[in-house]
Order: sequence, then structure tokens, then C-alpha cells
Amino acid sequence: MATTGQPQPQPAPQAAPATAPPPTRATELSNRVKERFPDIVVDSMKEKRLKITTSSQKMRDVALFVRDALIFDHISCVSGTDYIGKNEIEIIYFVGNLSQPELKDFVIAIAERPKRDNPVVQSLVDVWPGVEYHERETYEMLGVNFQGHPELKHLLLPEDWSDLPPLRKDYNSPGR
Amino acid sequence: MVAVQKSGTFQFLVGKVNEVLQDAIGAPIRYLANWGRLYSLWPVHLETACCSVEVGAAAGSRFDMERFGALEAFGSLRQCDLLIVMGTVTRKLAPRLKLIYDQMAEPKWVIAMGACAITGGLYFDSYNVLRGIDDIIPVDVFVPGCPPRAEALLQGLVLLQEKIRKSQSLRGV
Amino acid sequence: MAVETEYVPDADKIMNVSLGPQHPGSGHFRIKLWLDGDYVVRAEPDPGYVHRGEEKMAEYRNYIQNVPHLERPVILDSCGILFPYALGVDELMGNKVPPRGQYLSVIMAELNRIISHMYFLGIYGVFMGHTTMITWAMGDREMFIDIAERIGGARVTFAYIIPGGVRNDMPDGLKERALKTCDWFDKRIQEYEKIFLYNPLFEGRTRKVGILSRDDAIRLGTTGTVLRASGVNSDIRKDEPYSVYQDFDFNVPVSNDGDSWARLWVAIEEMKESLKILRQAFTKIPDGPVRLKLGPQPRVPAGEVYTRTEAARGEMSYHIVSDGTPRPYRLKIGVPSFKNMRVLPHLLKGCHIAYSANLLEFEFLAGRIG
Repeated sequence: MATTGQPQPQPAPQAAPATAPPPTRATELSNRVKERFPDIVVDSMKEKRLKITTSSQKMRDVALFVRDALIFDHISCVSGTDYIGKNEIEIIYFVGNLSQPELKDFVIAIAERPKRDNPVVQSLVDVWPGVEYHERETYEMLGVNFQGHPELKHLLLPEDWSDLPPLRKDYNSPGR
Repeated sequence: MVAVQKSGTFQFLVGKVNEVLQDAIGAPIRYLANWGRLYSLWPVHLETACCSVEVGAAAGSRFDMERFGALEAFGSLRQCDLLIVMGTVTRKLAPRLKLIYDQMAEPKWVIAMGACAITGGLYFDSYNVLRGIDDIIPVDVFVPGCPPRAEALLQGLVLLQEKIRKSQSLRGV
Repeated sequence: MAVETEYVPDADKIMNVSLGPQHPGSGHFRIKLWLDGDYVVRAEPDPGYVHRGEEKMAEYRNYIQNVPHLERPVILDSCGILFPYALGVDELMGNKVPPRGQYLSVIMAELNRIISHMYFLGIYGVFMGHTTMITWAMGDREMFIDIAERIGGARVTFAYIIPGGVRNDMPDGLKERALKTCDWFDKRIQEYEKIFLYNPLFEGRTRKVGILSRDDAIRLGTTGTVLRASGVNSDIRKDEPYSVYQDFDFNVPVSNDGDSWARLWVAIEEMKESLKILRQAFTKIPDGPVRLKLGPQPRVPAGEVYTRTEAARGEMSYHIVSDGTPRPYRLKIGVPSFKNMRVLPHLLKGCHIAYSANLLEFEFLAGRIG
């Protein structure tokens, strides 16, 4: 047991002028994903963030690619947003990594957008086991069904909750 | 025996003796019971929400709740007589809170601590929060604040002791 | 203590026990345990007793109104939970927080880290039946609350770190007092180590209990002290320096043991590092304004941001989606204890029931939230 000093963090990229080219690490990573999956959409690239969107069918393959080829092994968070205007629900997996020191500050967000009427997606519990409770939370908060999830039931809400999932935009809090 | 019980005179006599006895020894016994109760309050350890941090501080060494006769009990709730509801009660917790209250032995008292336990507080428009616990259990003392300082909780405790001291019934309610 | 050999429980003897929500160790939380005699066969956490719908509430309030209720889920570490929120909103709006404001937010975050760890030590002592620990830790914690109270104006809920900087400046003459407290606590913490950490009885109850391997810690998505106690060198203050953390010199304590004792050791070492940061911050703090004037209802440009910081329990993260209105379209809070909760069923399996209490340490700040 020893108090180990951290390796020096990467020197922060220079504060870029407005017309700077997109950040190099994000571009490099997105190119690697694009090579393997040509039809993914790169939503946004920042210095330390990359967000890609893929279809629900390809989701599992992309996740496996991100885990095994890019070695992003640590699940950071799972979030979901109800876009009622577009009739879609967006589910985002934020994945960080702890194995590559030069990419420790980088987070890849992988999104999928199932239809709002009957959102069914594939569970990623076998890819990152850490998502188990995050997916259960997304299931009850947004009403998304995760196929292949070992135990999809209420986690935070009362057992007798029978209303709409509370984070859907058409659900109104009773106090409002 | 049956004949005697039916006799009105006898019942009148018993009633009279009872009254005399109550006047003579009832008041001292009540005083004794209340005195015993008010300095040995045992709170149930039920952390309902974030106010429990200040209960922890009040039980800690600076504020020392024990000098007022209340010691955080880590044992069974059947031996406890004080329920401090530390903050927000959600819809999932509400049935359990009622169950815990029902399991406690008489006499028992309740302190509602924090704005959430009193009215719902900051969470008035949440879908999962009860707007005040006095809908489900009777409350003796309200301690406002979000969260109340440890001193405020101690004052609430002293107020409760005042109430117990003035209690007229031997059952303590 | 882990079971050495492969163990097949006898189905007829399984007893179902519910630990919590009324239990000193559980706090806002329940674990369903399946027991065979003294051994835990299966464990299933059941959180949600403090689920207050924060995320839905945030959609009804504007970015400034959201500050007070967002710090309640993790009240012990109330600045730690607001830090990533303020960073996220600042990033969306393109705010440049004045340096003095950044230093003050770091000071408060580190004070909160110590306050939170001290509370954790105290409750840990209760689990162990070590009542000296709770009286010491609760009393010494007040010294740091005093400093934080003079800066933030409250004992636990400060609402101090807000978008655009911090709420107010610190009072004059606080620096000397704070440095004195740091010196005192440096000596005091050595006594803690002597009496608790290297106490043979204490070691007997915590060493080799609930061992979490490095691979499992990463695979199951744990964060914070749990991750560092399992040999992963990960601290977002170092990995992704936010605010002014790159200005400070501190180490990241890492242990390779992965057991219950190591997690406590990491917590105590972290307090020492926090003291280091506090000293540097109090001496180096520049003059100037502490926040930007944003107005009561700032308009945040449309966009999406994911920010994370190292709070006392681990990685605190926010996902904020803005559609250009004064209110967030979606706000997701990623709380470290919720992330660490996945480990509980994994560690409790095969444990003695008596040891289960000290494994609850993870969940301790939990709540959850919502």
C-alpha cells in the first residue's frame, strides 16, 4: 500500500480561437468508430467529450466496439431525455475509461433514439455490468423497456406506482 | 357477587372511594410517572431524509442530546418512545413510517423535524413527497428549519419535555 | 469474511431478512437479505425511500431556483453536489468565473469533503460498536463546520457554489483561523490513526472483509473511495482538472487491498490531502470579485453538457440539456452512491451477516435521490 503520485495530467490543449479545427482526440476517436460503423452520427465534439448517435439495432455492436477496441471500460452514467416534439426518447450512456492514462479525462456518450410510443431497446448489462441499476432507473423514469435486462422492475418509485413514468414530458407533477 | 354488583349503592361507594384515592395519590403518581418519562426519552433511529445529519450532530459531542435525557437508541423500536421524523417522507416510506409508529409501545411522542416533515417544504410540487406527516401520524412538536440547526432540535426536545411534564393522563397522551 | 469454498445453500433453510429502512446502518435504504444461518446467500438493495423527484422538479424551476433543492440529496457534501451543476451551467453560458470565486468554491468543496468523511467515520464507529469514534468524529467535525458556516452562513446547506461563481466573499480574518484549524487537525488525525485505524480489534473486523478486486471495481462502475481502495488510480481532480485544481499540489491515495479497512484508510488519507489543498488555497487566494452578475433569471443557450467532479463519495456528474429557455429541459444527476450501490449485492454474497453492516459504508451518503 502506498500513496502513489498521479502521473502528470495531459497538458491542457491551448485555449482555441473560435475558428479552431475540431479537437484532435475527439476527431481521432470518432474516425475510428466511423471506420467500423459508417452510419453513426457524430453529434458533437468537444475537447473532452464525444457524442455519437446510433440506431437501436446497432447499439450493442457499437457499445462492444467502444469497450473492446477503444477500451472505454468504466460506465459513468446513463441518462435519458424525452423529446416529445420529435416523438423520440434519447438514451445516453456516458462511458469513461480508467485504463488509458492519456484518455482519462475523456467521456464518450453513446446515444440511441427509440420511438416514444413503444420504446424497446437492447440492454447493455452484459457489456458494462455497472449499468444494471441505471437502466432500471431509466426504465421506470421514462418507460423504456430494456430487452435482456435480468431484473426490470421498480427501483425508486413506490411499488404501486401506476401513473405515467414521471420524467415523460406529458406527465405533470400533482403540485403543479 | 352478581347481586352485589347490581347494587347501585355499592357502585356509588366504589366510585367515591376511587375519586378520593385519585385525589390523594393520583397527582403524586402522575407527577412521578411524567418525571420518569420526560428524562428518559429514547428516539427511534429512523432516518427519513437529510435532516438526520443534524440529528447526528445533536447527538454528537458538541451539542450532546443526552444531557437532556434523550439518547439515540440503536436497539429495538419496541423499547422506544420518541419518533423524530427527520425530514421528507416519501410515498414509498409513508406506509413504513405508519408501521413503525404503530409498533412502538404507548406512551409515545412524535417530533416533526424540518420543513418537509411539516408541510412538504421545498418539495411541495414533487410527485413522490407527502405534504406533511400529520396526515398519517399525530405530531407533538414541530421543529421548523431546512434543516433545523442542532440547537433548534434541542429546543424542540425541551418543549416536548414541557408537554410531558404537564400531561394529565397516566397513559401519557 | 469471504467463504473459501464453493458453497451451495440449502433451499429449505433460507431465511429472508429485511435490513432497513429502520436500521442504524441503512439510513434511507433497505437491503433484502437471503440468509442461510449466518451467511448471506443473496442480497438485493431496495433504495428509493428518499426519492423526491428532483429531476422532475428541476424542469419546473429556472437555473438559479434549482440551486437550493439540488444540494439536498447529498446534504453532507452540499458543495460537492453543486459544483458540477455550476460548472455545467457556466460551460453552457460561456461564463468565465473570477479566480477568487474559483478558489472559494474549491475551499468549500474541500471543507465539505472533510465534514462528510468525518461523519462517515462517526457512523462507521457505530457499526463497529466503537462509540469513542462517533463522539470524537462528531465533535471534531464541528470545527470545520464552524469555518464553513462563517463562509457560507449555514451549518450544512450553504447553496454557496452557484452558476457564475460563489454567493459571497469570505469574512476577514478567517484565513488565520482556518490555517490554525488545519494545523490542529493534522495532529489530531494521527491520533485517529492510532486509536481506530491500527487498533487490532478494529483491524480484525475490517481487514479482508468485503474484498473488491480491481477488475470488478471497474467493471461494476464504482467510483470514489471504493475505486481507489481497489487499486485504481482515479481522481477526477487530477484526471480532468476542473476549476483551479491544477494549481494545487496533492496526491491521490491508492490502496491495493480492496477490503473494508482499505476504504477507511483511503478516506483518512483523503482528509490529509484535503488539508493540504485547504492550506494552499487559503494562502494563495487572489483578490477580486467572487462572481459574475447573471441576473435573477439567466437565459442559457441551447445545448447539452456533461460535467463531472470528484465529490466526497466519488464521481458526481450532471447531464444538462438546455433548449434556450430559462429552465433546463432535462437535468440528470449522477450520484456516486447510486453508482457504488451496484457493488453491494456482489460483496454481500457469502459474507457473515455481522459483517454486512460495515459493507453498508458505501451507501452511507446515499439517499437517492432523484
